[in-house]
Amino acid sequence: MSALRIQQGSSSHSAYDLRDYHAEVIEKHTLAVLVDNEAGVLARVIGLFSGRGYNIESLTVAEVDHEGHRSRITVVTTGTRDVIEQIKAQVGRIVPVHEVHDLTVEGPSIERELALFKVEGTGNNRIEALRLAEIFRANVVDSTLESFVFEMTGTSEKIDAFAELMRPLGLVETARTGVAALARGSKA
Amino acid sequence: MTRQMTGAKMVVQALKDQGVDTVFGYPGGAVLPIYDEIFQQNDIRHVLVRHEQAALHAAEGYARSTGKPGVALVTSGPGATNAVTGLTDALLDSIPLVVFSGQVPTFMIGTDGFQEADTIGITRPCTKHNWLVKDTDKLAETIHQAFHVATSGRPGPVLIDLPKDVQFADGEYTPPTKVKMGHYKPRVKASIEEINDIVALIEKAERPVFYTGGGVINSGPAASMLLRELVDATGFPITSTLMGLGAYPASGKGWLGMLGMHGLYEANMAMHGCDLMINIGARFDDRITGRIQDFSPNSKKIHVDIDPSSINKIIHVDLPVIGDVGHVLEDVLKVWKSRGRKKADISAWWKQIEEWREVRCLTYKNSDTVIKPQYALQRLEELTKGMDRYITTEVGQHQMWAAQFLGFEDPNRWMTSGGLGTMGYGFPASIGVQMAHPESLVVNVAGEASWLMNMQEMGTAIQYRLPVKQFILNNERLGMVRQWQQLLHGERYSSSWSEALPDFVKLAEAFGAKGIQCSDPKDLDDAIMEMINYDGPVIFDCLVEKHENCFPMIPSGKPHNEMLLGEAYVEGAIKSDGAVLV
Ligand SMILES: Cc1ncc(C[n+]2csc(CCOP(=O)(O)OP(=O)(O)O)c2C)c(N)n1
Ligand SMILES: [Mg+2]
Repeated sequence: MSALRIQQGSSSHSAYDLRDYHAEVIEKHTLAVLVDNEAGVLARVIGLFSGRGYNIESLTVAEVDHEGHRSRITVVTTGTRDVIEQIKAQVGRIVPVHEVHDLTVEGPSIERELALFKVEGTGNNRIEALRLAEIFRANVVDSTLESFVFEMTGTSEKIDAFAELMRPLGLVETARTGVAALARGSKA
Repeated sequence: MTRQMTGAKMVVQALKDQGVDTVFGYPGGAVLPIYDEIFQQNDIRHVLVRHEQAALHAAEGYARSTGKPGVALVTSGPGATNAVTGLTDALLDSIPLVVFSGQVPTFMIGTDGFQEADTIGITRPCTKHNWLVKDTDKLAETIHQAFHVATSGRPGPVLIDLPKDVQFADGEYTPPTKVKMGHYKPRVKASIEEINDIVALIEKAERPVFYTGGGVINSGPAASMLLRELVDATGFPITSTLMGLGAYPASGKGWLGMLGMHGLYEANMAMHGCDLMINIGARFDDRITGRIQDFSPNSKKIHVDIDPSSINKIIHVDLPVIGDVGHVLEDVLKVWKSRGRKKADISAWWKQIEEWREVRCLTYKNSDTVIKPQYALQRLEELTKGMDRYITTEVGQHQMWAAQFLGFEDPNRWMTSGGLGTMGYGFPASIGVQMAHPESLVVNVAGEASWLMNMQEMGTAIQYRLPVKQFILNNERLGMVRQWQQLLHGERYSSSWSEALPDFVKLAEAFGAKGIQCSDPKDLDDAIMEMINYDGPVIFDCLVEKHENCFPMIPSGKPHNEMLLGEAYVEGAIKSDGAVLV
């Protein structure tokens, strides 16, 4: 069998799929793609997305198993159910792809992102930024007399919310890693 | 047992170990070490084409007519970019190719060196997989893996990019038996539940139709035999895509003819009206489905395909089955027999199909004075049908007429560019076929415009004494384009005529081949026989009616039951109440 391991909610392996195919509802799915860590593998995956007109909302990639030469690509994508199924099948047939997991349908999962924010300011704005950072459990990782760099880990929504609050307080630069995600529970 | 040798020698050794006997290619600086090795051995024949695109199409023709992977060798830069059309063609038609391209030495990659191109980047989207080999020790293993990837699962083209220093360097040769094939193992067997579900649907169907495609051919001759057994045992009607012709014989009882945009009326109507569609190795291409929303509205659909991404891509099916066609057919037959060979009474369905057949959708108005292209193909069919014959085609009206008017009794006898629709495919493909089958009759049914796109291959045909027959239906038009302009663009014939055509007879003679021209229907049979009997390549310039249209036709975006039928039909040459459909 190919790398495709689609579980519940999928159409590819069941003759009895009851979902409404023609519903044009756009869904957001987080896919975990396990690949051989070889030259060009990321280009293959993202080239497939651009070549076939699929969306990428966020993308992270790093080697996760040094000995096994395995990398994990986490892609957050959007599309109708049909499109999401197609994306999984298309990614699944790329030769160096071992597994494709749709964390959004395979059961509960956790998603985290890391972000760095540079906030410039003095006086009250500076104090307010620091206070909010504490509430959000962001760490100060660099500071000058008129700036902070905060580091924060959390869901994308939490990071969005913090960024929103920092904007009027002097947010000048943001760096985000994109989403990393794992299924909950003991099973790999 | 491992051995030390240069990368260039390894390429040749690996090809021998893979059972390759023929390579189509064109040399250049970046592949000279490999050409040097080819020079010093006799097991592998190298065919020098006249353009790298032709090397790939020839390899495709070789592959399709033998079931073995086709092999091509090109140099870096322009050699590799010229190969891109062939790679894309093979990708869309699922043809196994292994292509080697030269590359600048590893230490020069990225410097815009002479004849450097990012071949891996350029060919990534048009190969099933590709590899840049930077280490001679890994070369043999990569080549063996490449053959595995090209030929297993859904077949396709792969490319290996070989920097020149890797070809010169010494390394350890790994034989195929020692190679780890990695995790790439597509599923070939369906589950027993899936097989049972297929059989249950077959047992109940009252208006069934088999819709088969290139996947049956790719699965190997045994799959075609199993298909015939199943179709004949059930008595179900069967239609096929352009790519699948020959899997079921044209003379078979269940045969409806090709379906799709220029498919037969009865085939398309059966698809539209069936209650069970059994898709075996076809992919619901847009030339087949017409308007998706109206595609076979009242049927349960089974889809057997080895590629999970084909499932539900275009058409939602009720029973998707991922597996190799041959394996699935074998299991279905076994289970259907063991459950008592049950089937519903389908005589009413056949009666309906016979009525559709009565429309005789391929009828055209023949002429005493000018050769109709359909007539030319009917005569070709009549005069060659019992022969050991292979047909290739170019792309256009002539291609569709060939599919309609020639009958294929066996798989691997018909090579045409389906998915990509590549003009210029047929001539080099005929060369590849003839290399594989030196004693057989190989005819390329061509349009004059397509044929010119790779006419330089006359040199190859002459050099290798390949008696390929170039049967050109010369309408002095880009006929298919002209037809669309007539029907859909207000008869504004923008750039769709072939001006300044060569004298094809003189052209043949200039290359040392035979040229035949024919313009009178009365001379046609003799001329065709002269072509067949001539021992050498022939260019047959068949001057045909210039404004003939190819019917039936489902205009893009229309459903199957809104087919346009031919002029003969419109003018009352056929009596039928189906005229409302025009
Ligand atoms: C490489 C390429 N360019 C353009 C086309 C578009 N096209 C499809 S059919 C056709 C005309 C082919 O003319 P000819 O070979 O004379 O065949 P005819 O239709 O006249 O039988 C063209 C231009 C194509 N399929 N391939
Ligand atoms: Mg023409």
